Amino acid sequence: MSSFSVTEPSARQKYFAGTLVSLYAIITLLPLLWIIATGFKSPSDAIAYPPEVFFEPTLEGYVNLFTTQTRVTAEAAAELGEPQTWYEQIVRDNDMIIVGPSRYGERFFNSVIIGFGSTFLCIVLGTAAAYAFSRFRVPLKDDLMFFILSTRMMPPIAVAIPIFLMFRQLGLNDTHAGMILLYTAVNLSLSVWLIHGFIDEIPIEYEEAALIDGYTRFQAFYKIVLPQAATGIASTAIFCLIFAWNEYAFAVLLTSGTAQTAPPFIPTIIGVGGQDWPAVAAGATIFLVPVMVFTILLRKHLLRGITFGAVRK
Amino acid sequence: MAEVELRNVTRAFGEDVALDQVSMTVPDGAFVVLLGPTGAGKTTTLRMVSGLDLPDQGEVFIGGRPMVGLTPAQRNVAMVFQQYSLYPHMTVRENLAFPLKSPLLRTPPDIVNAKVMEVAETLQIAHKLDNKATALSGGEMQRVSIGRALVRNPEVFLMDEPLSSLDAKLRAELRIELKSIQADSGATLLYVTHDQIEAMTMATHVGVLDDGKLIQFGPPREIYENPVSIYAASRLGQPKINVLPADLFGHAPDRAVNIGLRPEQIRQGEGADSMVTRVEHLGDQTRLHLSFSNHDLVTVTDAHTTLKSGDIVKIRPENPFFFDASGARIH
Repeated sequence: MSSFSVTEPSARQKYFAGTLVSLYAIITLLPLLWIIATGFKSPSDAIAYPPEVFFEPTLEGYVNLFTTQTRVTAEAAAELGEPQTWYEQIVRDNDMIIVGPSRYGERFFNSVIIGFGSTFLCIVLGTAAAYAFSRFRVPLKDDLMFFILSTRMMPPIAVAIPIFLMFRQLGLNDTHAGMILLYTAVNLSLSVWLIHGFIDEIPIEYEEAALIDGYTRFQAFYKIVLPQAATGIASTAIFCLIFAWNEYAFAVLLTSGTAQTAPPFIPTIIGVGGQDWPAVAAGATIFLVPVMVFTILLRKHLLRGITFGAVRK
Repeated sequence: MAEVELRNVTRAFGEDVALDQVSMTVPDGAFVVLLGPTGAGKTTTLRMVSGLDLPDQGEVFIGGRPMVGLTPAQRNVAMVFQQYSLYPHMTVRENLAFPLKSPLLRTPPDIVNAKVMEVAETLQIAHKLDNKATALSGGEMQRVSIGRALVRNPEVFLMDEPLSSLDAKLRAELRIELKSIQADSGATLLYVTHDQIEAMTMATHVGVLDDGKLIQFGPPREIYENPVSIYAASRLGQPKINVLPADLFGHAPDRAVNIGLRPEQIRQGEGADSMVTRVEHLGDQTRLHLSFSNHDLVTVTDAHTTLKSGDIVKIRPENPFFFDASGARIH
């Protein structure tokens, strides 16, 4: 038995809190599990009511997600001979043949480029701006900071039409550069404010010590400030990435082909003949992976980042 | 090692004048302690020399060279800060090696290692070299930050209350350590403190600052025995100098408004009666709190005195200081 502590909750309190957290976790995770499960169901299992909890898993949804297919007659199919691969077999069972890859890969790749590209820009510009606001005598500092924050005060989509027209004039419609710029612009206020808070927490004496130790201002920033702000920068990066990755409205409006991201594309998978929920679910499942991996990689920083200001002092 | 000179240095922060026409020449190899209360301009003076802050007017010279336009790195000074001095994301070893690895010095790794070991041993932190800087006690941290200044061979050392956050025992040890390091290396050292013991024990010169002005600059004995003003006289000496109306003991020079009496300037057993109000036995000395015609004063007496409160002691001033209305000394 450990020693008595005033701050340590009792066993019953812990039990209660644990139950509450578990319950909440189940409620929030259930839709996620549902989507993941649906991705492995056959179309008929996917729409069965009551929902099937135990079912025979199939990769049909994933095959449909990544391929373009066409219906053929039994004779035509027979002429093609036996299917060569397991995924051709799955398709052939539905009297279809594969005519090529689907667009999902490209769209997913677009999401990666645009999501990480805008996150990178946001962090670079945000850190530079935040450092300047924190360390230099910037005229009208407070007003500028407020102005930066105010760009986030209305929902970004409120300016969708002017942006659409501007993009058309500038030839940025449906381009990667356009989407990266747009998401960077939307997220920049968040990143400046968050990182500003973190850099303000780092005493200026460290940099002064580095200046005296023989380093230039930029080296002091790079070797002293940056490592200490890493936590804040990591958590800011996660927030930026999550926004850019999940953004739907602008993506629908401004992209249609070359630069279309996954969110507006996934609903179009649903198909024309019959509703292919497993393919949609498979698309959504794969779409979750990068943000999850990114968050897990940075989770140590994220946890410390969320509690920033509360611990250091 | 170099001489440091400040010539008419003025620095204001908005309305607030931090340094007002300060001129001072720190001889090569001197250990200069800047004394004064918070806000007197001590730290600002260090920052002027280091180049972390620039004068509005006036010039700073190190080794005869004007420092105008030189960055802190180019000035080749080392500074110990009052706090926050260790880089928290590095180990002790990395902290100590950091100045040596700067683009200015680019020390080869084997020399870095040797230097770091040497300094770590001097400061008795060799066993902590691979600890994270944040995993040290306050005293160890401060020793490492002093060490970070010592690994280099700068023209001037600047120290901003380096011992203020330490406990009394460690402070006493490091005081001796610092003094001997300075004496051995012959380095010029500017040291800021408001602890007069540090000033008296370590300084070759003391600079007394008041509200941005350098009031007096000289060896500590001289400032103690020959202060220019009440303010300068109050900086040194324990118990503090007694400042009383000039005519309290009879005749005073013209213009004299106050008389200043250090304990050794109060002759006991002669003169006029005063009443003992309190006796403080400090072990090596005993302090007498006296009441003399409704004025309180503090002096020192024999450690084994039998005096107790309520007793009457005769006192008489001996070679006292007199000060005029502005607080300046009258000779």
